[in-house]
Amino acid sequence: MYAEYLLKAEKLSKTFPGVKALSNVDFGLRKGEIHSLMGENGAGKSTLIKVLTGIYEKDHGQIFLGDQLINPGSAEEAQRLGISTVYQEVNLCENLSVAENIFIGREPQRKGKIDWKEMYRKADLLLKEKLNIEIDVKQTLSSYSTAIQQMVAIARAVDISCGVLILDEPTSSLDQNEVKKLFEIMRHLKSKGMGIVFVSHFLDQVFEISDRITVLRNGHLIGEYQTSQLTRTELVSKMIGKQWGESAQAQKKQRIKIEKTGFLRTNRLEKKGSINPINLSIGKGEVLGLAGLLGSGRTEVAKLLFGIDASDDGVLVINQEQIKSMNPKLSIEKGLGFCPEDRKVEGIVGELTIRENIMLALQTKKGIFNFIPMKEQKVIAQKYIDLLSIKTPSMEQRIENLSGGNQQKVILARWLATKPQLLILDEPTRGIDVGSKLEIRNLILDLAAEGMSILFISAELEEMVACCDRVLVLRDRYQIGQLEGEQMSVSTIMEMIAEGAGES
Amino acid sequence: MRQAITNFMQAKIFWPLVALVLLLLINFIIIPGFFHITVKNGHLFGSLIDILNRVIPLLVIAIGMTLVIAMEGIDISVGSVLAITAAAAAALIDTTSVPIAIVLALVIGLICGLWNGILVAYFEIQPMIATLILMTVGRGIAQLITGGQILTINNEAYGYVGKGFLLGLPFAIYIGAAVFVITLLLKKKTALGLFLESIGSNMASSKFAGVQPKKIILIVYMISGICAAIAGILVSSNVSSADANNAGLWIELDAILAVVIGGTSMRGGRFYLGGTVIGALFIQTLSTTIYSMGIKPEITMVIKAIVVISVCLMQSEEFRKLVKQTPLKKKVSEA
Amino acid sequence: MKQSRIRINENNIIIVATLLLFVLLYGYGSISFTGFFSMQVFLNLFIDNAYLIIVATGMAFVIITGGIDLSVASFVAFVSMLAASLLQHGVHAYLVILMILVMGILFGAGQGYLIYRFQLHPWIVTLAGMFFARGLCYLINTESIEITDNTFIVLSDLKVYVVGENYLSLGAAISLVFVAIAMYISKYTRFGRNVYAIGGNVNSAKLMGLPVNKTTILVYTLSGFSSALGGFVFTIYMQSGYALHVMGMEMDAIAACVIGGILLTGGVGYLIGPTLGVLSMGIIQTIIMFQGTLSSWWTKIAIGFLLFLFILLQRLIVIKRGKRKVQSLSEPSILPEKAGQHATIS
Repeated sequence: MYAEYLLKAEKLSKTFPGVKALSNVDFGLRKGEIHSLMGENGAGKSTLIKVLTGIYEKDHGQIFLGDQLINPGSAEEAQRLGISTVYQEVNLCENLSVAENIFIGREPQRKGKIDWKEMYRKADLLLKEKLNIEIDVKQTLSSYSTAIQQMVAIARAVDISCGVLILDEPTSSLDQNEVKKLFEIMRHLKSKGMGIVFVSHFLDQVFEISDRITVLRNGHLIGEYQTSQLTRTELVSKMIGKQWGESAQAQKKQRIKIEKTGFLRTNRLEKKGSINPINLSIGKGEVLGLAGLLGSGRTEVAKLLFGIDASDDGVLVINQEQIKSMNPKLSIEKGLGFCPEDRKVEGIVGELTIRENIMLALQTKKGIFNFIPMKEQKVIAQKYIDLLSIKTPSMEQRIENLSGGNQQKVILARWLATKPQLLILDEPTRGIDVGSKLEIRNLILDLAAEGMSILFISAELEEMVACCDRVLVLRDRYQIGQLEGEQMSVSTIMEMIAEGAGES
Repeated sequence: MRQAITNFMQAKIFWPLVALVLLLLINFIIIPGFFHITVKNGHLFGSLIDILNRVIPLLVIAIGMTLVIAMEGIDISVGSVLAITAAAAAALIDTTSVPIAIVLALVIGLICGLWNGILVAYFEIQPMIATLILMTVGRGIAQLITGGQILTINNEAYGYVGKGFLLGLPFAIYIGAAVFVITLLLKKKTALGLFLESIGSNMASSKFAGVQPKKIILIVYMISGICAAIAGILVSSNVSSADANNAGLWIELDAILAVVIGGTSMRGGRFYLGGTVIGALFIQTLSTTIYSMGIKPEITMVIKAIVVISVCLMQSEEFRKLVKQTPLKKKVSEA
Repeated sequence: MKQSRIRINENNIIIVATLLLFVLLYGYGSISFTGFFSMQVFLNLFIDNAYLIIVATGMAFVIITGGIDLSVASFVAFVSMLAASLLQHGVHAYLVILMILVMGILFGAGQGYLIYRFQLHPWIVTLAGMFFARGLCYLINTESIEITDNTFIVLSDLKVYVVGENYLSLGAAISLVFVAIAMYISKYTRFGRNVYAIGGNVNSAKLMGLPVNKTTILVYTLSGFSSALGGFVFTIYMQSGYALHVMGMEMDAIAACVIGGILLTGGVGYLIGPTLGVLSMGIIQTIIMFQGTLSSWWTKIAIGFLLFLFILLQRLIVIKRGKRKVQSLSEPSILPEKAGQHATIS
């Protein structure tokens, strides 16, 4: 019965401390098909892949490779079984030649020594036959573009594979032409009987290339569908769905419409490889939302505004002053604040105390020699601990000991302490308990009412609708439209994400 | 009271202190008159005073090194900078006055530190490699200054720095104390301590919060350079000569050892100046103990090697896992 | 199938620079001083620096994986002291040689194990190793011990005739063989290629299923072995054991590698490089010697300056490589950037 399946997973479950990443998920990859795996943050996509490729061990369930029951315990073992994966960051060695990257660890040998001539010949042949490309395999990998490097990675994976190929976000750093070439290769491989799992968040690409789509959400299988029988809007709604079951009405607070003077605006601000030209403007006391799927470019916009990334083109104006080149310190001086998405890596400084984490941005604003006296520090820190109800026995606790929700509040406190005019919040309520989520949302509305501008990024559309005055919609690194007032609702936003703004 | 004791035991300074106390205890038991302090000519004498006096050059350099290591950096050029400044001071003493010679020596140390800092901050060369350059070239430059000879210094005023006494104690101790206090003030009364620990602990988050690492890297390497210069002045004053080949030989290794024993991690982040002081004292006491016991002083090197590895193993998560058999909280950097 | 051409790209630009440096230095010396351009003067470079060639070449493997071995000089001194002491006590010469090599292997393997198993930083482990070896050296004897063993004396005076009257010492001959073997290993064995892979990207290497742990321990073992071999060569050259031998030589070995084109960040370098680096440093020393008036510490300054230059060069290459990575969303770029290469999609 499973003969047509190359890889089949049944009732897979995987739990981490505090979160059930996969619950009874089924997945099937057939011979000669391209199968997309879709889902937003926390859906379980990457967990599923990691279980299938041996990086994680499953708690329950079964995995079949053809007719054989398997349980890969490591990445190497999965590779040996024939399940090949190509990751988003091309995991090859740039200092080695193309041929070597394909064959390292299993170089052809003759009389006990590596046969370079044979290796070059085989590499050349492999690229021509399986991928239909011809490049100089003797050159070092670093002299080729990311797109070609990825093809080399695919070549290696194909050579090792027994028929199963997993491509994890392969198109993230490719341009349109390169994507086209990649798809040609994928179709070619498909015609030879390979089964390809295509993990991507680019809706158009998924619809163009895949035969079937499996949608996950919150660790559960929502369903497996034939691509031809699914519309974009249906797909998006299945991916997003209702996240936490609370009705939007309960959250809406009355907002008085005041004449909003402009605080910040951009004109065709862009960064090559990251985000296409963006035009946005934020008024004083306005809450602007950035909506879009994972990978659509929301965080990239935030990073451009705050100066973490340098723009390649376009104009940024704050309070009528044009800014030539932005950096975080300058941002803070101009009145910006930024709560990043990945608070563990970009937000908290783990070893430092809560007080130190709160004071950090304010201190950088003042400079090295203008130290804020300890007494004053304690007063300020306590003020925000109280304001945000941060639960901790003492402010001298190391921040890494706090729960996720409380850590997030500390980061918020950090920026509130600088009394910013524009606060950028990138997924501020992700991964925290419901109670804290509510507190933060109310805080946003209170701050806006007091005149602070807020740029709000969230994957939860209901939250956005409840908190924002306007929503900008991004899709696949492009700005495609804006919704406000009556027209701003969860369904309209979803539709815009799925279908576009209506124009080509 | 109980809470205070528990807190003390959990402080990073606890174990180095215990080690030092144990060592002193061994001395007390084995060596008669180790703790004996006599007064001669109004000066205090004794093994303890001796240790305190000899440790100062190492202590000063180790303090500078603590700051560098806190940023996950390293400065292996300090020995060579010590030699350069010692040579410079010795050479300048005869042609200019003592204060000017000292000031110029300090400036040279500052410039050396600035050089290192620029290589690391602006050229983004790894600290180990960047400071390797000055380490290699430094001895040569020192030789250049001394003309290949060992310069002797015949200046009494200059000799006071390394050999003089103030209020019964060697003057050098005051210099060491001053460096410690000034650095402590820098840590507690300016934002330098906060920024340093922040970038050593999590560079990305620090940048997001507006910290500018380049400036801090420069400042810290310059401090390290000045510390090396102070040590150079102390050493040359103490032996009334400047030996370009041997002055400060291996001192960078001792300094790193002192820092590591004192509780500051090689990975950067929190740093402990007090711990470094204890670590330096430990090393010096170790040398003195071995010498007093009549054991070959050469065994010190072997012991230092074992101590370094032991401390690093204790700081290593893999090792602790092996010992404890339970998974510890990992530093969050999972793929 | 394309013909193999020798291209100058970023990988071999440094070794080309080293070669150029060597030729320039040698040319300068030959022109400026009579007697410089002689076969024996050239061969003396190998004789005087044989031990450094061996040590630097062994160190190169470690550096290519992205690590470092600071213990090499101390171990060489230790070997000299151990050999001298054992010979003094009547142990047979060949047994002594065997013991030295075995100890080198064990010492290196021990360091490699600590580094890999407990994820300790290579330079602090090998720093401790340096202290340890140097300390053991002193423990055996603080004074220098002269070697009077017959076998060693014979080995020391052995001449390998190359061209006419011109000869190499046994040590120099050993060093050349060692370098040849090292070059073979780096190019024709899986171990050698794994070393490059790990140095290039250790995470990728792991994901590609390469034996990272075994390879890491092996490179340090190899470095330990070459320290031992280099120690042996040094001992028959100096005919004495002394704890103060080769102080600071580890920095010379590192400098030789850097000048020889081994990138300190790992992943790049030809195994002939350290030899060229050592020779260049040797020529500088010879030039200064011939010059007569400059003191020898100018050598240190010159080498330091060269080191700085080559590190800068390495850094610029890495920066240039990084800049090329940035792609535009709108550029059609299926073609690789460099001129002369092309990809055709059939």
